[in-house]
Amino acid sequence: MKAGALIRLSWLAALALMAAPAAAATIEVTIDKLVFSPATVEAKVGDTIEWVNNDVVAHTATVKGGWDVMIPPKKSASLTLKAAGAVDYFCRFHPNMRGHLDVSP
Amino acid sequence: MLTRYTAALAAVLFVSAAPFAQAADKPTDPQIAHIAYTAGVLDIEAAKQAIKTSKNKEVVAFAKDMERDHEAVNKQALDLVKKLKVKPEDNATSQALSKAAEEERAKLAKLKGAAFDKAYIENEVAYHKQVNGALETLLIPSASNAELKSLLETGLKIFQGHEQHAEHVAGMLK
Repeated sequence: MKAGALIRLSWLAALALMAAPAAAATIEVTIDKLVFSPATVEAKVGDTIEWVNNDVVAHTATVKGGWDVMIPPKKSASLTLKAAGAVDYFCRFHPNMRGHLDVSP
Repeated sequence: MLTRYTAALAAVLFVSAAPFAQAADKPTDPQIAHIAYTAGVLDIEAAKQAIKTSKNKEVVAFAKDMERDHEAVNKQALDLVKKLKVKPEDNATSQALSKAAEEERAKLAKLKGAAFDKAYIENEVAYHKQVNGALETLLIPSASNAELKSLLETGLKIFQGHEQHAEHVAGMLK
């Protein structure tokens, strides 16, 4: 009985592992002299975008009416994508900086 | 009639180009470094005045962004002139910029509330426009040291961002 419960539990654990997104990736976007590079990124729901800021000033990755990621100077910040769709983002402090994400389900 | 019109036009041109008119001669690197640094310091002072005076959340946040960015850029500029062993040289353009900023500060000191916010942000749009124009047409083309030129180019991109940011805040105040 006890052994049976244990087996069932390990089964559940295995199932949970399999249910996790198979290949969640971390995609790096560098910021150099106010340019997001690459400017357009193709990603999947569950992937993480990591912005690496090489500038001496702080930037943000902001979606109007959506998320807002603060990226301090000489530091990086990341965001795990939760929704599919195409989004344009920009820097709140320097709106001349623009990037784009294509997020597939 | 025509003369009067021309004179008026000349006056307008003179006013809008004012602080940079004296720099019609190609400024030297030590002068360019001084002008760029001074322009940053003046915007930091304007930001401090706004942080102290304004009650508007957006305006204060904008002013804090200006203070932080211009301090970061000016620190870069100081590090560079030290490295290049350039001694920033005071000049007529820096002096004209400082004088104009002093007058603006006095004008703003008499204002409060929404009137202050509007005047501060409108001046930020105009000031960044003026400095960016000077960077583009005079300071960057005149700079002979490659590292100084590159710092000015990055500065220009940052300040063009500030100009758009200021225009956005100005739009919200209307």
